[in-house]
This record gives sequence, C-alpha cells and structure tokens, in this order.
Amino acid sequence: MQQRDSVGYAIGVATVLCVVCSLAVSAAAVALRPLQEANKKLDQQKNILDATGLAIGEYGKPANELSREQIDELYSWISEKLVDLDTGEYNTELDIDKYDPREAADKEPTSVAIEDPAFDPGVDRREKVATVYFVRRKGEGPVRQVVLPVYGKGLWSTLYGYLALKSDLETIQGLTFYSHGETPGLGGEVDNPSWKAQWVGRKLYDDNGTPAAQVFKGPAPPENAYAVDGLSGATITSRGVTNLLRYWASDDGYGPFLSKLEQELNDQSATTESAGE
Amino acid sequence: MAQSNATKVLLDPLVDNNPIALQVLGICSALAVTTKMETSLVMSVAVIAVTAFSNLAVSAIRHYIPSSIRMIVQMTVIASLVIVVDQVLKAYLFDISKQLSVFVGLIITNCIVMGRAEGFAMKNGTWLSFLDGLGNGLGYGLVLMFVAFFRELFGSGSLFGVTLLELDRNGGWYNPNNLMLLPPSAFFLIGFMIWMIRLFKPEQIEEA
Repeated sequence: MQQRDSVGYAIGVATVLCVVCSLAVSAAAVALRPLQEANKKLDQQKNILDATGLAIGEYGKPANELSREQIDELYSWISEKLVDLDTGEYNTELDIDKYDPREAADKEPTSVAIEDPAFDPGVDRREKVATVYFVRRKGEGPVRQVVLPVYGKGLWSTLYGYLALKSDLETIQGLTFYSHGETPGLGGEVDNPSWKAQWVGRKLYDDNGTPAAQVFKGPAPPENAYAVDGLSGATITSRGVTNLLRYWASDDGYGPFLSKLEQELNDQSATTESAGE
Repeated sequence: MAQSNATKVLLDPLVDNNPIALQVLGICSALAVTTKMETSLVMSVAVIAVTAFSNLAVSAIRHYIPSSIRMIVQMTVIASLVIVVDQVLKAYLFDISKQLSVFVGLIITNCIVMGRAEGFAMKNGTWLSFLDGLGNGLGYGLVLMFVAFFRELFGSGSLFGVTLLELDRNGGWYNPNNLMLLPPSAFFLIGFMIWMIRLFKPEQIEEA
C-alpha cells in the first residue's frame, strides 16, 4: 500500500493509462474517418436532392428512402461552384473539394462580420465564399434550378439548410433544413414534409425586388404569394426562418450573385434560342 | 461466486435497484433523448456498452489504481469509451447520431457510469463488474424505453417512427399532446413510474 500511494507511482499509472486510452481513441477516430466523411457527404447530397424536389419528382419518395445508386445517379445532375458573396463572381482559386463553408464561417480571414443587416439572421459572421449548386436535367442543357445554402438562428440553435430556386431566380422550389436543434414537434416541425411542401412556388422577392418570403403567424392567407403557414407553438423558430431567408436573399447574402446569375441565364437562353433549339 | 450471485448482479438493477427509479441517477439524458423510441434505443445501447466496458476495464486494473487518483483514472477510461462509441455511431448510424447530438458525449457525465465504476467495479472481479455494468445499463435503458414509449405515442402519434395515430396536421384525427415533446413530461412519466414500482415494492419507499 505504501508503494501504491507514492507520487511517482501515481504519475506512472496516469501516464500509461493516458497512452493506452489515447491510442484507443485515435485508432477509432482514424479507422472510422472515411466512413464518417462518406456519411456526411451522403447526408448533404440527400438534403440537396430534397430541396430541389428531384427525389420526389423522379422516384416519388424522399431522398432518405432512395438507394445509394439512385442518389448518386440523381446527384450527378448537380454541379457545384464557389461564389464570392460580396462581388457575386465565381471563385476559381479555392479547391472546391477541400473547401468547407461552415469551417470558413468560423475563422477570421475567411469570414466577415454581419453588421447592421437589413434582415438579421441572428448569427455574427458569415463566410466570404459560399458553395452554390446548379441543377440541369440529366446534368445537361440549361440551368433548371440553383440551390443556395442558408443558415440562421432559430430558438435554440442555428438552422442550416438549402434553398432551391427555379431558374427565374425568384420562385422557391424547395427549402430543407439538414441540421438544427429546435424543439421536436414544435420548432422541429421545420422538418415536416407537408410544411416544407408549402414552400414550393412561393415567391422570394416582391415586385420591388425586396426579399419578402416569410413564415406567416398563423395560417397564411391563400392570396399571399410569399408566405407559408406559421409553425404553431414555434413563433421564434418561424421568425428565425423568415429572417434567415430574407437575409440570404438580400444584398448582404446572395443578392449580388443572383443578379449576376440572372444576366448569365438570360445570355444563355439567348444563345440557345439563336442556336435554333 | 455462485451462479445466483451473478444473476442477481445482472437482474437486480432492472427493477429492484434501478439506477433511475431507486437511485435517481442519470435523469438528465432520460429527459433529453426520449422523444422518440429509436433515439432512446440507440442511447440505451450506447450507455449499456459504456457502463459494461468501463466497469470491466476499471475492475481489471483496480489493483493497480492508486487511490489518490482513482476518480481521474475512472473518468479517463469512461471518457475514452464514450468517444469511441460516439465515433462508431457517427460511422454506422449517422442519422441517429445527428439526432442524439451532444447527448452521446454527455454519457461521460452520466452519474450511473461513474457511480458503478466507483461503487462496484473497484471492489469486485471483472466478470461480476461486467454483468453489473450490463445490468445497470439495461435498467437505465428500460426506463428510457418506457418514457419514450409514452412520449412518442402521445406526442407524435407514432412508435419507432411508424405512425399509429394519424396526426390532425397531416389530415388525421389525433391532436398531439405537445407537453409530451417537452422535457418536463419525462419528469412526470418517471415520477409515475417510480410511484408504480414503489406501489408493488413498498420496501423501496424511503423513510420520510
């Protein structure tokens, strides 16, 4: 007993234990890393497919119920590009496969502070460069949809999601949230398929080009082209969704990119028409 | 060690000496993850694995642990196991691990795990300690499943995600009880459960 209580012995045991435990932990982390990365990527792809409505449109069921091959097939219709949010120009300097927008939003040089926005998303910083996704039918032809990652604060958590716009860039094709910590059954109903379905066909901007999409308080009046029903018992989550949508639609968010893209799509349809299609 | 002893160690924590119902330990995660049966099941399995193997590991090295740092040693073993479990969940059950979020990590602070390592594994052999961990994990899981059954059924109208009561917001008839989706409902359910157990096992009632 004398020996077991000596300081040297205690340090020795602690050292051996730490080495053994850290070996076990790092072995697990390293061995499982590829699987985890693949899961994360697959999850992201499923959410993008749900936002675009491609999974429902092609197979009649949500992306979660599709097989791996079906997801790969559908996702091949989608191409990714990096966009400089301030200028709206494409960014070709960064490696798109390695770039992580969420990580960039956390760090000083790759993000900017959100100061005095017209619509407050409730987060302090956003990344300078965002990933956007283009949907072409079978991966060819004109751009049918553009998918924009959006995020903002709800009640308990930051909601991360994808907003899909039709090629007129003002009609919403879909909205999904892939990560949030809102109360299940209340704010968590942002995941409810019938609520999400209401977004399809809503207008993002009003006639003056101001972001106008909103989650109504209570049932949305049918003549309102911008609103969906409020989530009952989740006023703050509803308001958060409104604010984050409007923030990202505004000139602080994807505004500059969307006006450039509108120009690009117009040019594109002009050339395809002159080519006799 | 007789056979009956091993059985007793394994089965006692299920009802007679349930860590939640009798010892009222580990309540925190019992409130947080029990809105759905599926997440509760995975959480239970995770806790069972951690309590069983941490008991096993602590018991195996109990003669070498200096008493001055024994708590830290137990904590290190538990924390390492929890991280491994968390990594495994992220690799094989990604959707559920997303829903469980921080609560897997918080198994580290679950008093049941630490309590069993300190209270049982430090004094008993590896096999018995393993069974004790298994039993206590199962006892915890049993309560979780009980609470989740009622919360999911009355809060979301489903069990394991299969809709049984069609919700009015989806065009059915059942108006869900939103209280069931909020953490306090688990308090009520656990309270009722403890009441029921003590009704049939009056020896569990503490002296006022």
